[in-house]
Parts: sequence; structure tokens; C-alpha cells
Amino acid sequence: MSDNSPGASETDGTTSANESAYWSQNIRLLWTLMSIWFVVSFGAGILFRDFLDQFSIGGYPLGFWFAQQGSIYVFILLIVFYSIRMKRIERQYDLDD
Amino acid sequence: MATQTLIYLFVGLSFALYIGIAIASRAGSTSEFYVAGGGVNPVVNGMATAADWMSAASFISMAGIIAFSGYDGSVYLMGWTGGYVLLALLLAPYLRKFGQFTVPDFIGTRYYSKAARVVAVICLIFISFTYIAGQMRGVGIVFSRFLDVPINLGVIIGMAIVFVYAVLGGMKGVTYTQVAQYCVLIFAYMVPAFFISFLVTGNPVPQLGLGSPVNDGSGLYVLQKLDLVLQDMGFAAYTSGEKSMIDVFCITLALMVGTAGLPHVIVRFFTVPKASDARKSAGWALVFIALLYTTAPAVGAFARLNFIDSVQDTDYAEAPAWFRNWESNDLIAWRDKNGDGKMQLGKGDPFQGAPLFAESTGPSGERVVSNEAADDNPNEVYVDRDIMVLANPEIANLPGWVIALVAAGGLAAALSTAAGLLLVISSSISHDLLKSTFRPQITEKGELLAARIAATAAIVVAGYLGIYPPGWVAQVVAFAFGLAAASLFPAIFMGIFSKRMNREGAIAGMVTGLSFTFLYIGWFKLWSPDSNVAANWLFGISPEGIGVIGMLLNFAVAIAVARFTSAPPKEIGWLVDKIRVPRA
Repeated sequence: MSDNSPGASETDGTTSANESAYWSQNIRLLWTLMSIWFVVSFGAGILFRDFLDQFSIGGYPLGFWFAQQGSIYVFILLIVFYSIRMKRIERQYDLDD
Repeated sequence: MATQTLIYLFVGLSFALYIGIAIASRAGSTSEFYVAGGGVNPVVNGMATAADWMSAASFISMAGIIAFSGYDGSVYLMGWTGGYVLLALLLAPYLRKFGQFTVPDFIGTRYYSKAARVVAVICLIFISFTYIAGQMRGVGIVFSRFLDVPINLGVIIGMAIVFVYAVLGGMKGVTYTQVAQYCVLIFAYMVPAFFISFLVTGNPVPQLGLGSPVNDGSGLYVLQKLDLVLQDMGFAAYTSGEKSMIDVFCITLALMVGTAGLPHVIVRFFTVPKASDARKSAGWALVFIALLYTTAPAVGAFARLNFIDSVQDTDYAEAPAWFRNWESNDLIAWRDKNGDGKMQLGKGDPFQGAPLFAESTGPSGERVVSNEAADDNPNEVYVDRDIMVLANPEIANLPGWVIALVAAGGLAAALSTAAGLLLVISSSISHDLLKSTFRPQITEKGELLAARIAATAAIVVAGYLGIYPPGWVAQVVAFAFGLAAASLFPAIFMGIFSKRMNREGAIAGMVTGLSFTFLYIGWFKLWSPDSNVAANWLFGISPEGIGVIGMLLNFAVAIAVARFTSAPPKEIGWLVDKIRVPRA
């Protein structure tokens, strides 16, 4: 997403302001959700696992739980949230299918 | 009824079901053959995607790999599910909006280049054949272990079944068969899992069982007990793992990105009616996949615990029946190093390499193994990891019909993945190579016939690879994911999110990512396997994880080249605008 400056789409003169606004709102949402994706799997499950393992959830050390269970549940929630939220955004810009 | 009869019955019924569905949903046009006419309900497609995705490896091998690697097994759990987030958020809806038949279609059109399309076809065929050889082998193995059919005959029966529904039905037939296969495989996976979880912890839900105390009155949690037992035997703790952090990180990322770049997965999202359905469908697919993927680590842990309990320090003469069953199937071997007649487990190899059985029996009645000795460790037992799922019902003393179910489930997993792969191979040949590149004048009927011939040829090649597996197949599964991550994913991603990315950049990026990853994996896995140790790896990243570096190289080269070459034509900008917006 790094090389997608919002200005780029205005240069060809065909993208309407409405579509650009829609797209940049989508990109913002993607940044948020991809950050969560990164944090639960690579963060909690790998990089900070040792720290999290001092806590536990039932008989699971917390970092281990994120690596083998929790991250997968969060992945599902991310897709469900994105799906619902995007539908709303698309309606708002009158661009839904 | 005898277990053997039940197995024949279950497997026979499931095959009849698949063929019946295929005949009911034959494909009549190229659109039906390639993308099921684009009219598949998103939930149905999610289920088909789950069956397509979960292969013989997911069903048979994954729990066993986790059982023997503990925390390190997390790379597969996160890697093979996290990719669906990338798919749903970054690729699937836009590719669906683009609305063509294949992945090379998108790359060829977006980068206005036949060369780019052909590069994509080469990546696709290489990735898919690597993957499919393993599936046909899996079919043969299930046949030989459960049905007493020789492996080769098993592969041929599998080829015949796939032939009927992939060649006749195309994507339409495959989709609805995959739905049936998902139901068979998930039921077959969950039933023994409920039983074994209940047996070990008293809680039938495996996801909760893995976090519960063991049912043996010790008051220890499952994972605590496993850690203690394994450390006693000289292993690392189950929950700690032995891989370096950077390697775990890179393997997980390579598998995620690779998943999102696998053509047979992407193409499933071309079959739903709308872009928003593609998102929804990816969510459903992940729900159906997660059911098995959150169960697998529990099955692995319980099976490991059960296995140790029933084997460690047991007299061979008193070994449970399943132990000898699977010994006679070559999956277990025992060499009594200290001559005490008891089986001892521990860290290290019981002998060198996979067991080579001699015809004779040893003093305790065990099958003698003629391998070279490995006497630097006390471990006496060789176990093939696949046992953790295949023998699970027997280890847990479950009734015969559960064993029959596992056989049918393993076949469903292997056949559904094989069919999906065959389809993308055949459509890339008939559509991308013939119709779009070398023979544009071909009629729709001719193209459909070509697709069927290509699918038939692909089945024959896959069967051949299954019967005569080249030594490299098991070694190069890393190829499929690494190459998908390093070649296809960046090209598709930049095609959607960057309007400035042009033909020159994309091709240079794909070629760089592909060659780097290919050479790195090839060097350590094929040409110089002895040097495949952490000390020699680039940044300590194993061949399994190197796709990440290949991907970064792809991005870097593509962006640099695109900067110094001319921008794509105006129409491409319009095309990108069009795919970014769901409304037609």
C-alpha cells in the first residue's frame, strides 16, 4: 500500500472525486485491519510470545494460545468486520454492487 | 460389521456421491468449465474453497507435525489461515470485479503483455504440479493402508474418480463435489477429535480440551503435563519450540503470502456473482478451515500424550494391537538398543534414515530393521508422524466406523485438492496459452474441448508423479508457497494498489523473485542438501521461509524498474479504477 498516494489517482483525470474518497477510506480501513492482523499473529504469536507466556488463558500460555488458536479466531473476525464495514462504505458512496 | 467391510462401504458410498454430483452438474460452456458460470453462492463457495484448500497434508499430516514440533507447528496454523485475510482484504474482491477466468488473465491484461501472461502461466504450472504430486501420493497411501490395495492401483482409482468429475464437470462439477467432500472430511476429522478430547480431558470440545486439566487426577493441564513429560525424556518443552524467532517469523509470512498467491485458491473467488460476495466467501472459507485448523493442534497434543503413555517403557510383548498393525504397515519400527525387551522413547534417531525392514523377527518378535545404527541416543522407536491422525481412532479404542470415516475423509481431502489443481492447470493451458496467446481464433467449443484434453493430460501426469514420486516431491513443498509468495502475489497486489506499476516493473519483479527463491530452495533442498543448516542460511532463514525475501526483492525491483520506465497506458489506469469499485 506504500506506493499508493491518494494523489496518484487524480492525475489521469478519469477518477471521480467520489471514487477517490471511497478508495482512500478503503485504504485507511485496510491499514487498521492489516495492523491488527500483524499484531495478533506476528506480534502476540511470535515476537512477544515469551512475554505473553507468563499469563495464561485456561491451561494455555497466552502467547502459545495466540499462535495456535487466538490468531485464527481474530483472522475470522477481521474478514467479517471488513466485509460488513465495506458494504456500508460502498452504500454511503453509492458504489455498491 | 467388520472394520474392513465398513471401510469399503464408506469409501464406496462417498465415491458414488461425488460421481453422482458430477454427472448432475456437467459443464456446458467455457464459463461453466472455468468458473462455474460465476453463479456460486458465497457460502457454498466458502465450503468448496475449504475443501480445495485442505489437502492430504492438512488432513493426514498436519496434526502429526504439530505433535512432534509443538510450538514450532504454529507456523502452519497461522501461515495457512492468515493468508485468507490477505485474500479477502487485498486480492479477492478486486480480482472478482476484474471478472475473467484465470490468474494469468489478470496479470496479462493488467500488464498489457503476453510475456507477463506466459511468465504467470509458468509460475502457475510449476506451483500446481508440485502440489498435485503429493495429493495423488496421498490417495495411494490411504488406499494401501486402509483398503489393502497396492499404492499404484490406489493412485489409478483416484485418477479415474477425479477424471470423471473434473473433466466432465469442470469447475461447476468440482465446486459441488468439493462441498460434499468438505462435509465428509470435516465430519471424519471432528468425530475422533471429540472422542479423544473427551478421553484425555473430559471435555469433548478439542479447542477447550487443549486448555483443560488432564483427566488423570494429577491436576496438571494438558500442556503442562506434555511439557513435563517431554522434558523428562530429553526433548524441548512442547510449548517452547526450537526454531529461531526470525525463521518462525519468515516461514509464517511466506506461508501466508504464498496461500494468498496460490492460483487454485484465488480462482475459487472468480466463481461467485459479485465483488462483495468474494469478501464474504473468503470469510466463510476461513470459518470452515478454522474448524479443522483449531482442532489439529489439540489432536496433535492429545495423540502425542496418548502415544507416550501407551508406548514408553512398555514390554514389546504387551504392546497395544495398533502398534503392531502399523509396524506391519512400515510406519512404526522398534530396535531394542539396550536389550531389555521394553520400548524406550527419547530425543534423536532410533537408527539412520527411514526403516528398511529385513524379513526376520527379533528376540521379542519385532520386525528387524537393517538400517545403520545411531547409538548416540536412547531412542528406540521410529514413528511416522502421519500415524497421529491415521491411527488415532485405534489408539483411542474407537469403533470400526470411525476408522472407516477417517479413510473416507483422507481420500476426500486429497481428491478435492487434486481436482482444484487440475482445473487451474488445464484452464491455464487451454485459456491462457491457446485462446489468449497462441490460437486466438479457436472457437468456444474448441476451447472447451482443449480444456478437457488438458485436464486429462494433467491427470495422467499427476498420476505418473504419484506412482513414481520423484525424490524431490517431499522436499519441495516449500517451492509451491515460496514461489507463489515471491512471484504471483506481488504482481497481483501491485496491479491493484499501484497505478504506476507497469509491464517492465512487473515482469522484472516476477522474474527476480522467482529465480532468487527457486535457486535458494533448489540449492539447499536439491543440489546441496548437506549444507542445509542454519549456519549457512541467509539471515538464518530456512528454505521454507525464504519466499519472504524473494517477495521483498520482487517489490523492490519492480518499483525501481517502474520508476525508470514509461508509465502504463491510460486504459490501464481506467481498468484499475474499474476494478477498485464494486459497482459494475
